[in-house]
Amino acid sequence: MELKGKKVIAIGERDGVPGPAIARCAEQAGAEVVMEMTHCFV
Amino acid sequence: MAVVLRGARMLLAHAPGLVRHGSKPARELARDPSLLERLSGRLRTYEAAAVYPPNRVFLGTLAPDALAAIPRPWFEAGGPTDARGPHGFIVPEEALYGFLKADDEFDVIWLDERFAAEARDALAHHPLANAEDLERVGEGKPVSAIRARIETEEGQPLVLRDGRLVGCVGRAHEEDGSLAADVLLENLATKSTAVLALRTLIADGLADPATLPYVINSGEEAVGDRYQRGGGNLAKAVAERCACREASGADVKAFCCGPIHAFVSAAALVASGIFEQVAVVGGCSLAKLGMKFQGHLAKGHPVIEDVLAGFAAVVARDDGRSPILRLDAVGRHTVGAGSAQQAILEALAVKPLEQIGLRLGDVDKYATELHNPEATEPAGSGNVPLLNYRLLAALAISRGEIGRQDLGDFVARHGMPGFSPTQGHIASAVPFLAHAVEGLTRGAMRRVMFLAKGSLFLGRMTQLSDGLSFILERNPRGTMQQQGKED
Repeated sequence: MELKGKKVIAIGERDGVPGPAIARCAEQAGAEVVMEMTHCFV
Repeated sequence: MAVVLRGARMLLAHAPGLVRHGSKPARELARDPSLLERLSGRLRTYEAAAVYPPNRVFLGTLAPDALAAIPRPWFEAGGPTDARGPHGFIVPEEALYGFLKADDEFDVIWLDERFAAEARDALAHHPLANAEDLERVGEGKPVSAIRARIETEEGQPLVLRDGRLVGCVGRAHEEDGSLAADVLLENLATKSTAVLALRTLIADGLADPATLPYVINSGEEAVGDRYQRGGGNLAKAVAERCACREASGADVKAFCCGPIHAFVSAAALVASGIFEQVAVVGGCSLAKLGMKFQGHLAKGHPVIEDVLAGFAAVVARDDGRSPILRLDAVGRHTVGAGSAQQAILEALAVKPLEQIGLRLGDVDKYATELHNPEATEPAGSGNVPLLNYRLLAALAISRGEIGRQDLGDFVARHGMPGFSPTQGHIASAVPFLAHAVEGLTRGAMRRVMFLAKGSLFLGRMTQLSDGLSFILERNPRGTMQQQGKED
């Protein structure tokens, strides 16, 4: 997937990958992170 | 001074009629009232909830490892429908409403006259009820008065599984959102489930109400009024309803890892000599009833999240028999630890073990997030316990304790299937307490770690997570006594 130049909403989860980690990866791949959050689904 | 976990008891209350008051169902029903018929049609009977294998594990009739051998879907499995397991009761909804009324000090709950008689009858046959409870249920109110209160006070209707209106919850102040009917229902449900768990502990001889000095409540409810929302101390209200006249208490709050913080605090109070014993309790999370109901309806499953849960346990001075709670190996997720899962589990599991010269494989069982996957998977929330056990196994691999090919074996050996209702703080580690006490006294276990995580970011005060862990170990004096007997 090409993320360069794309806007990304990073939604992480408590028992998986947290939002900030997803956001950092997306940024490294050239995306603009417009929102990041971590959720608890239980 | 060594500190032990003397025992733990669990409580389930079948509450299909309250599912509509769970946060998610209440919001969806407000948007689309026609959903109620579909939701009601998938609510389980009491017998179906009692026979449900995860609930039987929760109450100790089945071992967690035995659950792994039962084919899914578990809601199709047969078996006994005992109201009492080795670790506690499952209470039918008629009795639950009776207990709610008995625990209500401010006439917040009204039961209709016909149902009040049924509730008294249900309590008269329940081992955890006493004569005073029956009196406190009272004679009830005319159904016309109940309907009027629902309309004029924004009251919450109390219905049975079949939709029959049997009472209501009123507000305690005209302008105070903290004393609105829905908030009071949540708090009373938390109180009653904690009371029933502590009463079970007392009934089983694990705590003496006449001498218990201190109770710590660890639930996620917010008891208070407009000037002190979440002011708390439900602990003392619970102690009062369990006739613990010498007890004081307080609440420890930390989202889902509140109970683990509470156990460590209780152990410290005992170790310091301040109290000889401390009870730790936690009541239900009514808001989480039916949290994933849309997934269950979409898949044609019954609404699994139809039970309220509670627990109670006693931490005490070393009795030479009960499992030792090791205060020299408390794991904590610090402010600076970072929020990645690896960082959290290293802080909670690896670091405390290193402190006492142990490795991950030296722990027989890890009790962590124990949410029932049958509740979460249909809604796309995954198998939460399995995710956590795989991460623990990955840590063992990265530390060179096991090979990559051993990941599955590590998960099977040191983990367990999720069996807890999705009741927030209740599901985080504590459902294994009574199983651990059994395994560390009468069974072959040597060591169990309890670790829980708290999603602090949900309250919007910090982006941080939280977590805490403690280790229970077989009492060496107990082992010596056992060896002495065998010799």
